[in-house]
Amino acid sequence: MFAGLSLLSLVIWVPIAAGVAVLATGSDRNAGLARVLALIGALAGFALSLPLYTQFDTLQAGMQFVEISPWIETFKVTYHLGVDGISVLFILLTTFTTVLVVIAGWNVIEKRVAQYMAAFLFMSGLMNGVFAALDAVLFYVFWEAMLIPMFLIIGIWGGPNRVYAAVKFFLYTLLGSLLMLVAFIYLYTKGGTFEILDFHRLPLTLTEQILIFFAFFMAFAVKVPMWPVHTWLPDAHVEAPTGGSVVLAAIMLKMGAYGFLRLSLPIVPDASHALSGFMITLSLIAVVYIGLVALAQTDMKKLIAYSSISHMGFVTLGFFIFNAYGIEGALVQMISHGFISAAMFLSVGVLYDRMHSRMIADYGGVANRMPIFAAFFVLFAMANSGLPGTSGFVGEFMVIMGVVKVNFWYAFLAAATLIFGAAYTLWMVKRVVFGAVANDHVEHLKDVTPREFLVLGLLAVAVLGMGLYPLPFTEVMHHSVNNLLSHVAQSKL
Amino acid sequence: MTEMQKLYLLVPLAPLAGAVIAGLFGWLIGRAASHWVTILSVAISFVASVVIFQDVLAGHTFNGSVYTWLTTGDTRFEVGFLIDRLTTVMMLVVTFVSLMVHIYTIGYMRDDPGYQRFFSYISLFTFSMLMLVMANNFVQLFFGWEAVGLVSYLLIGFWYTRPTAIYANLKAFLVNRVGDFGFLLGIGLVLAHFGTLQYDAVFARAPEMMNATIELIPGSPWMLMTVICILLFIGAMGKSAQFPLHVWLPDSMEGPTPISALIHAATMVTAGIFMVARMSPLFELSDTALSVVMVVGAITALFMGFLGVIQNDIKRVVAYSTLSQLGYMTVALGASAYSVAIFHLMTHAFFKALLFLAAGSVIMGMHHDQDIRNMGGLRKYMPITWITALIGSLALIGTPFLSGFYSKDSIIEAVGLSHLPGSGFAYFAVVAGVFVTAFYSFRMYFLVFHGKERFQSHAAHGDHGHGGKPHESPWVVTLPLILLAIPSAVIGYITIQPMLFGDYFQGAIFVSGNHPAMQELMHEFHGAFSMAIHALTTLPFWLALAGAGTAWFFYMKRPDIPEAIKQRFSLIYSVLERKYGFDEFNDWFFAGGARLIGRSLWKGGDVAVIDGFFVNGTARMIGWFSTLTRRLQSGYIYHYTFAMIIGVFVLMTLFVKG
Repeated sequence: MFAGLSLLSLVIWVPIAAGVAVLATGSDRNAGLARVLALIGALAGFALSLPLYTQFDTLQAGMQFVEISPWIETFKVTYHLGVDGISVLFILLTTFTTVLVVIAGWNVIEKRVAQYMAAFLFMSGLMNGVFAALDAVLFYVFWEAMLIPMFLIIGIWGGPNRVYAAVKFFLYTLLGSLLMLVAFIYLYTKGGTFEILDFHRLPLTLTEQILIFFAFFMAFAVKVPMWPVHTWLPDAHVEAPTGGSVVLAAIMLKMGAYGFLRLSLPIVPDASHALSGFMITLSLIAVVYIGLVALAQTDMKKLIAYSSISHMGFVTLGFFIFNAYGIEGALVQMISHGFISAAMFLSVGVLYDRMHSRMIADYGGVANRMPIFAAFFVLFAMANSGLPGTSGFVGEFMVIMGVVKVNFWYAFLAAATLIFGAAYTLWMVKRVVFGAVANDHVEHLKDVTPREFLVLGLLAVAVLGMGLYPLPFTEVMHHSVNNLLSHVAQSKL
Repeated sequence: MTEMQKLYLLVPLAPLAGAVIAGLFGWLIGRAASHWVTILSVAISFVASVVIFQDVLAGHTFNGSVYTWLTTGDTRFEVGFLIDRLTTVMMLVVTFVSLMVHIYTIGYMRDDPGYQRFFSYISLFTFSMLMLVMANNFVQLFFGWEAVGLVSYLLIGFWYTRPTAIYANLKAFLVNRVGDFGFLLGIGLVLAHFGTLQYDAVFARAPEMMNATIELIPGSPWMLMTVICILLFIGAMGKSAQFPLHVWLPDSMEGPTPISALIHAATMVTAGIFMVARMSPLFELSDTALSVVMVVGAITALFMGFLGVIQNDIKRVVAYSTLSQLGYMTVALGASAYSVAIFHLMTHAFFKALLFLAAGSVIMGMHHDQDIRNMGGLRKYMPITWITALIGSLALIGTPFLSGFYSKDSIIEAVGLSHLPGSGFAYFAVVAGVFVTAFYSFRMYFLVFHGKERFQSHAAHGDHGHGGKPHESPWVVTLPLILLAIPSAVIGYITIQPMLFGDYFQGAIFVSGNHPAMQELMHEFHGAFSMAIHALTTLPFWLALAGAGTAWFFYMKRPDIPEAIKQRFSLIYSVLERKYGFDEFNDWFFAGGARLIGRSLWKGGDVAVIDGFFVNGTARMIGWFSTLTRRLQSGYIYHYTFAMIIGVFVLMTLFVKG
């Protein structure tokens, strides 16, 4: 049935088809079947995405695996897919994370299993769509459609305050993206096409550019999220089930950053330059302010959520200094944060499944009863603190190196994460993992199951592998990033 | 790849393999296999280091890449090795002390449930330290730098159920991160201005940067090299525990004693010293940076020594002594006497590892009591520990002919010949420090090994239940003591000539013609033997003698005198007792301040302003607005009719006017 579809279509539609199949298993009496089908679907998605990397031509800057066919001809909307060095890695990250999430939710989720698994498969396909779409309408459709499964995941399988969180999440992100749609329509009226690559070449005045920049900014800054539109994230994370948090942190946040790189920078380069000071300021506030706020958290998920915002500050910082260190570092940071935040949320999930509490104060001395878990947790915490040898270091290092070239004091503030990041992460580790057994609940904890070991182990390999040998990741993006940089350097005025 | 290159790789990878095997499969292969595999791997590393050392002596240095870690923009970041004479000294010291500590651990950690984990950690440390010293570029240096910090964190908190241990390891990591913060910015500036992070390329281009300036504050240009060197040195201050980032080292004594010897005395804490020596082509270009280095070192050398005087925990005495000695090394760096700093680093590694391991042996003998007030007369029960500790103490205070004498005396001489601002104070500090060192070392020595046996009453209610009397430690403990005592005694005598005045460090360390201290020192040197004889007539020797003598008089003859001093000068005593108040200040100002700001930003910024006012406020406003509009849809026909009439009226007015 997939004959004639290209690889990119497959990574979008196979997970979605698998999701439909999983939904078809119906009630929880067939939960076992739903799980197996979901795993098969997720693995198929991952397997299909691998050739995107192995067959990727790293010497080429443009789009590869391109697929184009007419869709809504009246408005010249096309079904246009393609990936370059900037987007290809995110598709792999998405399919990889989906596999983890399915395994992690295996017997943790007991009610509405089929719907839960299907939601993640749908989301996986839709997110791949966002990264592959080269037509603005197609992009917008995937972008918005992706919200629905996540809204349901938080709203149905979430914690006690899930409805507030789900609505906050939905409204925040929806309001932002409506302005993006307005910008797309404006660009269509100017250029007569919805092709994103044509938008890149469309001449625009500075006023137009600045207005479009802010329209995009509303959509992307909310998603990243950047300070001060970040407050939906801690709430969403706290209420979301573990799998939801993982996908939210590992991939959804990357959408916003990806949007800046795919749309804002190349479509409105002059506005991007003109407003770079504004963007850098917001990014540095995210790094420092949020780093301090994270220190004050008492809820592990909130702490990791704030830590995510702080780490994403490095991403936007890296974009708006307009050099290769910054942009490649930011991309590396995005992938690495995908691994690390997934690992951190899964670790908290392991604890939550046993104790049904996310509060730091309810723990203490977990290492006494769960030594294997403790080893993983300390490793991921170190990665979160940006220790060299883990993936967390690479992106931060590259961005800081890039920023020093631009302005020493920016780098000074950014490098403060070395201290804050270690402080909030390791202080949490101290209170949760180390110490004497704090209470009876901790006393009766059991160490990780083989299933949990597998998930955490895979992420540990990813975190260490990327830290020790990041070259394969950056090699892919070089030409596309250089191409982008030279494009952005040319004024449209 | 040549045979030698394979050997270079083997040096760090063997301990890494040992660490992985003991760490991941320790539960499977058991305790004995775990210690054998790690000891064997470090032994391999040591032997390979010896072979490489001989090869380097024969003139074969190496500078090459193992693999490309990352490329970005037009810069390649490599993982690679620089094998020269400076590196090989460090490799020998690290692998030898590590090997001794591995063997010692068999005895020291015998009853510990975390036995395999401990061996895995110390092997991992050895790997990290070797990566640090063998690096040929800044990124790998930073990798090793942080990796040793990680292992130090894990080992200080090894007994993770102790609140003091997990407080100390967090503190150590964070204080080190403060140093790394400066270090990373320094590396950033190097990359920004030199375009590469390979040592050879940076050093080659350094002289042309000599007069380059940078405007960190607009309108006030600073010398680029000064800024870079001071930032790099901030990293060294963290790792090598220099004032005011010294606060973590005394607390690190919460870790098991073998790692205090290996990490917090012999090797890791000397990484900062090594780094500055490695960067000598950069530091030589900035007199200001050298002055800063010298003054910071001098403060550390003297004022940390004072703190050693009042400690009663045997490990803490040695820890403060380490701080003070690191200060000596730093002073030497500031005086451009890099080779002397490395020389002292080496001799200190031997005698301080020895002293720590001897202290550990005493602690074992005392059934894990660490308070020197409860000891006394141990020489009868622990003869090997006693003799080796005596050798270590004599070496530390600079007794002529022993290793510490040659290195410390050279430092004092070199500082005396320096003309940089601050050298006067530094000279005073290192000379006065000799008395202080001798005093606290022999205070401890006499209280532990001589005088009345004070442990009788104590051990009776010891909770360990295995006998009251102290006992000598097993051979796995005493053998490393003996093997370390030998170099502590003789290594200085043998190596001073080539290391300081020969051409040993030719090409590895660079000294500018403006800093001729070492040149002048060379004229005064007429062989190791005559140096020792000559020293008998100099001030430092008599100060050392006076220090040891005072300790003897105070603690053996008239124990009432120190008590009286304590009463009489209670203010000074309490300042020392509180360690000059740094810990309290840091806890209150930095830790407390950060938490307070964090909480205020969260509750005030996020919760009150952004969520409370903007987000929920908007929602409320929409709610209010829609309530208003809802009122309009009342369902009464006459309301709508009225609205229609008004509307028609308004429209008509507009049209008529138009």
